[in-house]
Amino acid sequence: MKNENLYNYILGIADNSLILGQRLGELTGHGPSLETDIACTNMSLDLFGQVRSYYQYAAKLKGGDATEDTIAFLRKERDYVNVLLVEQPDRDFAYTMARQFLFDVYHLLFLQELQKSHDITLTAIAKKSIKEVSYHQRFSTDWIKRLGDGTTVSHDKMQEAIDSLWTYTDELFHQTAADKAMVAEGIGVDVTALKVKYYSLVNAVLEEATLKIPESKWFQKGGKKGIHTEHFGYILSNMQYMQLAYPNMEW
Amino acid sequence: MTTEQNIDEILIPILEHVSDPEIPVLSIMDMGVVRSAVIKNKIVYVEITPTYSGCPAMDVIGDDIKTVLKVAGYDSRIELILAPAWTTDWITPRGRKALEDYGIAAPLGAEADKDVLLNGKRIVKCTNCGSQNTRLVSQFGSTACKAQFQCDDCQEPFDYFKCLK
Repeated sequence: MKNENLYNYILGIADNSLILGQRLGELTGHGPSLETDIACTNMSLDLFGQVRSYYQYAAKLKGGDATEDTIAFLRKERDYVNVLLVEQPDRDFAYTMARQFLFDVYHLLFLQELQKSHDITLTAIAKKSIKEVSYHQRFSTDWIKRLGDGTTVSHDKMQEAIDSLWTYTDELFHQTAADKAMVAEGIGVDVTALKVKYYSLVNAVLEEATLKIPESKWFQKGGKKGIHTEHFGYILSNMQYMQLAYPNMEW
Repeated sequence: MTTEQNIDEILIPILEHVSDPEIPVLSIMDMGVVRSAVIKNKIVYVEITPTYSGCPAMDVIGDDIKTVLKVAGYDSRIELILAPAWTTDWITPRGRKALEDYGIAAPLGAEADKDVLLNGKRIVKCTNCGSQNTRLVSQFGSTACKAQFQCDDCQEPFDYFKCLK
């Protein structure tokens, strides 16, 4: 495939939104309250909308029979290159919001840079998405503060969620081969340059929320190379059920 | 890239018949989602842009445009474009009024919007009684473009169309 690096680069962005969107979508009808339930599914819908734009572009690059659906539904586990953070399960609402917050802060910084890409399709998607993602970040930031600086129980639950998801944050700033190639061409975002800003933004919110900034320096990685946590197989089997049961089905 | 619309005048009354399926009182013209519509060799080329990336109404809107143009005797090609990104500033004054009449509070300016969605300021006018003694119930509402409010005077729950810039 011509443009193979660009194709892989797009998947690197889009797979994060697909899997996080799926996780949020799982809360449909299961949110802790009607309002938060609706909020999570709204954010899920935004992410899926963004994913469609990315995958449509990727399908065009791939050519042949590729469509947004084949890219979303017909790959094997190792071919998904989302970060491990977004596939972590919804253990409770603190986990859901901590995962959202830790991703949103990154996502917004990333899109701000992607707006400057030399690729006009990517800049268009970035400019569209950034409005939605800044709203997500406001929402999740609000909940970090509310639960962190809330009751003893909510504080402890939020601290536990942040502590256990922290190990997945460093991977956000790892560069893949496709990343490096795209950065060199002025198309991709240099994620390594976002790291300092990311942790200073995150830490400021945690402090305001009276939460402790985790001290652990040991981080998990692998998602960007297709090596996923044990949760990933379950997500895929849910997502791909219809295509496996009824191959080539369409809406 | 331009924020100007390029719509052939003959097509305007036709396209005004298409409404947003989720807000049936609002025509897509008043919504500002039609960015261009031109006739070339008897085929109408229409460019529409989504309000939100995941807006599920876009497919229906595209089909509805095809249908009204077919009735008017035109074949058409619909293209979904993302740039420039849609903003609530593109909703026309007539569109804002249609929203209010339907029970959806029209978007405030960007600063005021922040104040009501983040800082709990009570300035969104109740669509039922006009009171500004209203409060945010949820930052997200029944569709991606709305937030939920309630009036503390008449108790009416209503949607507020969020400002998008």
